[in-house]
Amino acid sequence: MTSATLVTDRPALKRRAAQDGRRLLTRVSGLGLGVAMLWFSLLVLIPLTAVVVTASTGGWSQFWQAITNEQTIAAIRLTVGTALLVTIVNVVMGTLIAWVLVRDRFFGKRALEVLIDLPFALPTIVAGLVLLSLYGHNSPLGVDIANTRAAVFLAFLFVTLPFVVRTVQPVLAELDKEVEEAAMSLGASRFTVFRRIILPALTPAIAAGAALSFARGVSEYGSLVLLSGNLPMRTEVTSVRILSSIENDNLDSAAAVATILLAISFAVIVILDVIQRRVVRRG
Amino acid sequence: MAKRPGRYALRLVVVGYLFLLVAWPVYLVGKNAFADGMENINGILEDPDIVHALVLTVQVAIIAVIINTVFGVGISMLLVRYQFPGKRLLSALLDMPLSVSPIVVGLALVLVYGGRTGWFGPALEGIGFQVIFSTPGIVMATVFVALPLVIREVVPVLEEIGDEQEQAARSLGANAVQTFRRITLPAIKWGVIYGVVLSLARSLGEFGAVKVVSGNVLGETRTATLVVEEKYLNFDKGGAYATAFLLALVAVAAIIIVSVIRPKEDR
Repeated sequence: MTSATLVTDRPALKRRAAQDGRRLLTRVSGLGLGVAMLWFSLLVLIPLTAVVVTASTGGWSQFWQAITNEQTIAAIRLTVGTALLVTIVNVVMGTLIAWVLVRDRFFGKRALEVLIDLPFALPTIVAGLVLLSLYGHNSPLGVDIANTRAAVFLAFLFVTLPFVVRTVQPVLAELDKEVEEAAMSLGASRFTVFRRIILPALTPAIAAGAALSFARGVSEYGSLVLLSGNLPMRTEVTSVRILSSIENDNLDSAAAVATILLAISFAVIVILDVIQRRVVRRG
Repeated sequence: MAKRPGRYALRLVVVGYLFLLVAWPVYLVGKNAFADGMENINGILEDPDIVHALVLTVQVAIIAVIINTVFGVGISMLLVRYQFPGKRLLSALLDMPLSVSPIVVGLALVLVYGGRTGWFGPALEGIGFQVIFSTPGIVMATVFVALPLVIREVVPVLEEIGDEQEQAARSLGANAVQTFRRITLPAIKWGVIYGVVLSLARSLGEFGAVKVVSGNVLGETRTATLVVEEKYLNFDKGGAYATAFLLALVAVAAIIIVSVIRPKEDR
């Protein structure tokens, strides 16, 4: 360790650390951080960097060519468009579900809680099979959306269900009801109370949930395999497009398209971080 | 009261939405799995290749959960209790695996650890360690996708309990290991368990990333989720539904366990 250089500014750092109740790294915890960072780099950082580096080795023109391929553009447009649409539905339905779970009491509410987490725990390939059994060829409802764009929409809707609900629910539970009652007693209508008092308090949580649900939708793969038929130009999403490039041993082009997806997930991470800094609470 | 009808309408919309989107479809998978009695389930349990896939899936998931728990608890302690440069960036990057497409995860691992053209792959294969198309690759892909789950559960709990008790223990002469084992671990126990259960469910069910790195060799690197796809595409729908049912059963069990232990933490 370069103790000589560290010693000089250590008292100042120590004071600052003590102020917010946090310790400086000791030798053991520093070693722990080093090991953790090495593992995190080998597993996540270096591989993700490799994607971007591979995408850029062929130069800008090759990258541009890979992502402006007609079929790729159709896939990206379908993925992003459907994810946006699903996010809008989730913002409305997710807030509504969170509202009912927090403010309403009825028999079987616990069962609903389990249903909401299920899409998160269910393997994506099983999620596809699950949706296929109700909305596929032998549907008891008589609808067959297999191999259509509606199937992509439905799959995204299923896998992104928990995000808005689970981010809004705790915030809603902690809202002070007295403020609402005060507004009501001063003559505000129920709609005004919702718009002026409840909605502003929920907005950061809704935004965080929406960002997560958009990112999850854009990156979805497993639930679509059996459900959407992966028809080029029609129901093929970006992940499927990348996989077919990998299977054709065209890793450069796969990396180029993957870079677009990474840029989207990175943007979402940044947005989430900004929201979280405002709300302070992590989660 | 006047708001009664509105309340019932909302309740009805929510219950109807969840019934059509989740409950009914999941129920149908169970029903289809047992359409011919126990035949489908027995069919997959008697096929040695399928049993191999199930065993491999469980082994990989357990290894992945152990790695993610040790890493997750350790990094959570560092993030909450210590001050170091780049902490906020690290905290943001740790969430990254949740929003990266599983196919991109697979691609990223292939680009670095691929046997022929990867950055480290040829060197590792030179010393006889194959990652891609082999079990280590499957484990890495699984660890990657489930990485943030333990951290996301443990960090809020650590923040909430504060470190007064830890400091007290230390001032009374406990060393770091004793403090962690006697004070910190009991306090964050439920957060850890919750994270472990979620990671286990996620690890057993990983599909896309494993599909890219495993090579999907029957009886060797094929996992349970890959069996579901393979069976379905080969028109063995009974087998596909039966395997899917087993996976769904684990997922449902995980969620129920979590919902039973969670309220103890919250209230």
